[in-house]
Amino acid sequence: MCLGVPARVIHIDGSVATVALGSVEYKASLLLLNNVNPGDYVLLHAGFAIEKIDPAEAAETIRLFNEISNMYEE
Amino acid sequence: MKPEGLRYIDEYRDSALVLHLSNQIRKVSKKPVNLMEVCGGHTMAIHKNGLTGFLPETINLLSGPGCPVCVSSQTFIDHAIALGNLPDMILTTYGDLLRVPGSLSSLEKEKAAGSDIRIVYSVLDALEIAKQNRKKQVVFIGIGFETTAPASAAAIKKAEMDGIRNFYLLSSHKVMPPALEALAAGDTKIDGFIAPGHVSAITGYGIYQKFAKVYKRGVVISGFEPADILQSILMLVKQIELSNYHVENEYKRIVKPGGNPKALAIMEEVFIPVDAEWRGLGIVPESGLAITEKFAAYDATRKFDVKIPESKPPRGCICGEILTGKSKPSDCRLFASVCNPLNPVGACMVSSEGACSVFYKYRA
Ligand code: SF4
Repeated sequence: MCLGVPARVIHIDGSVATVALGSVEYKASLLLLNNVNPGDYVLLHAGFAIEKIDPAEAAETIRLFNEISNMYEE
Repeated sequence: MKPEGLRYIDEYRDSALVLHLSNQIRKVSKKPVNLMEVCGGHTMAIHKNGLTGFLPETINLLSGPGCPVCVSSQTFIDHAIALGNLPDMILTTYGDLLRVPGSLSSLEKEKAAGSDIRIVYSVLDALEIAKQNRKKQVVFIGIGFETTAPASAAAIKKAEMDGIRNFYLLSSHKVMPPALEALAAGDTKIDGFIAPGHVSAITGYGIYQKFAKVYKRGVVISGFEPADILQSILMLVKQIELSNYHVENEYKRIVKPGGNPKALAIMEEVFIPVDAEWRGLGIVPESGLAITEKFAAYDATRKFDVKIPESKPPRGCICGEILTGKSKPSDCRLFASVCNPLNPVGACMVSSEGACSVFYKYRA
């Protein structure tokens, strides 16, 4: 139920966006999210865009994954 | 059948990364810990990807109450069934709910017996059905937490704006913090919470401070891909090893500190917190969302007076204990023998994110 997928906004018509997940297109309501533009990635959840994806944070997360934990080593 | 690279998905599934994170966890984990994955979506992701195989024996994962279908009370299912029996009624709902056994029947059986019950992907589809069937009453059976509640609220507001007067919500929407508090204060031993990423996208971090500060539990908001989950476990293990409990956010690409203000505002306008019944937790204060006076005209509970049979919980089912991390599906005597996805005894075997159904599907 709380599954959401990142989808790319293709175009916007009023409060409805057409988004792509890979090559499949879906409609996403923008009633719960402001400032969405074509090219943005949004989290699509039960027909609604509920958050925008932050590309800088996404890259930072990948960088953190690769860190070596050194809590017990000096 | 994956057409092209899926951005923000593929890179978080990288197998070398998963192995690396697994090694890091093995390196830092010394004490045995119980971590609760609150969200059923996490339970599903963990087992689908076999992530327990990447964890040392020190780490015990407990399933939590974050499965909307599972925690919906039997009375609620019975209420929905009773509504479906009214004349000129179309019931609409997310698919998962259909097969949950009520006291005497299920929505699926009622549908087969002639009730007009339709599965929708979005609550806005239900609104569209109302628009196309003005002579009928259309009820959307709303379940879910802070992720789906704003969607239901937005649909009610849209119904008002578009002058659709035959659309109603039967709300079993719930909010997470009171349930987590009931768990933290209860007798399940939980050292840390893998906090639900998409609920947090709406709520922000604030709701979790108490669990770190007052209850001394680790909290990490987590994404849903394999590397996200392992990284979150690593972060939790470090917090617990150092007894340094705080709220961390692994899922920064989605979750902002203040959440989604627009969704929160819509939710607050349409809903008011009320005491609600959770399977496994009983009545939890202020954990349910009822419709405010202002939108009373869209409230199926106020509009339709139906008789609901006294509920009889299924015998032998320990779904409630599983939802509170006290038991695992394999502890249930009915698991996989009497109870299976084709013949579910309890709600935890129905939902695709219910622990029993997940364990059944991915059992060794
Ligand atoms: S296996 Fe079936 S009967 Fe047992 S707890 Fe799970 S849902 Fe209930």
